[in-house]
Amino acid sequence: MHIPDGFLDTKMIAASVAASVPLVGVAVAKTKKVFDDRQIPKMSVMAAFIFAAQMVNFPIAGGTSGHLLGAALAAILLGPWSAVLIMTTVLIIQCLVFLDGGLTALGGNILLMGIVAPWVGWWVYRLAAGNSTNRTRVLGSTFLASWLSTIAASVVGTLLIVFSGHVALNIALPAMLGWHVLIGIGEGLITSVVVAYLTQVKSELVFQNQKA
Amino acid sequence: MKKGIFFALLFSLAIAAFLSPFASTSPDGLERVAEDKGFIHLSEGKEVVKSPMPDYVMPGLENEAVAGSLAGVAGTLITFAVMYGFGKLYIIKSRRVGGRQ
Repeated sequence: MHIPDGFLDTKMIAASVAASVPLVGVAVAKTKKVFDDRQIPKMSVMAAFIFAAQMVNFPIAGGTSGHLLGAALAAILLGPWSAVLIMTTVLIIQCLVFLDGGLTALGGNILLMGIVAPWVGWWVYRLAAGNSTNRTRVLGSTFLASWLSTIAASVVGTLLIVFSGHVALNIALPAMLGWHVLIGIGEGLITSVVVAYLTQVKSELVFQNQKA
Repeated sequence: MKKGIFFALLFSLAIAAFLSPFASTSPDGLERVAEDKGFIHLSEGKEVVKSPMPDYVMPGLENEAVAGSLAGVAGTLITFAVMYGFGKLYIIKSRRVGGRQ
């Protein structure tokens, strides 16, 4: 879902930078409280996993592919603010080293995949799972949260491109939603498998009820 | 936990090395919509930076699968190192500022 250079006009570049920079700043300040010697390796390996997993595009239908975002996964396991920093780190490296996502669209990509996706994932998970340690409820909530995180990110991405004046909302939105409802199923399945595995080998990571 | 971190990193590296060559090369959801709705041309030739490994290909290698795997492994390690380095520097700095150590 990485927006390339050329899709956003100056106005939307400015707007997305203005929205994402302060929020990443808040994430930096908030994680100061949770950054300890144990949180850093967890965040680092989560970032590495998300980078690797994002490379593996899976085919969905009709000659289109999708890949994991990992934002809901990071938010569920490490909390939303840590997830914002993890996703931002991955997106900056993808942009600067691998030309995945444009530099002018970096603010936009951070906004949709680094801020909207983890927060929607976190919020939906918290609402659906509560403080339950029931495995079925946890995994069902994980699937729902990650599915919706992908869809929410695609809606914000669509709005950025539509407000840049390149395509009409009533044309772009149904098309984007159509594909990302399907891509989100892949997101939900992969995230649920990872969380299901962790409930077996390291359940406290899943059940620790991270505070925002 | 340290063992867990190590194996999770190895697992991530294995994904980058061995699964990425099998990644679908079809356009992703956004690219597909841009093609179908006629605005994909806006991105062509608009890249504003030169990157060392564009499109996840390690330069200077003939075998595409190997070049992709190596770029993936490099990226996974870079990502781990950047996040770790940021965390470590940040803690040291905040402890100095906070005067807790």
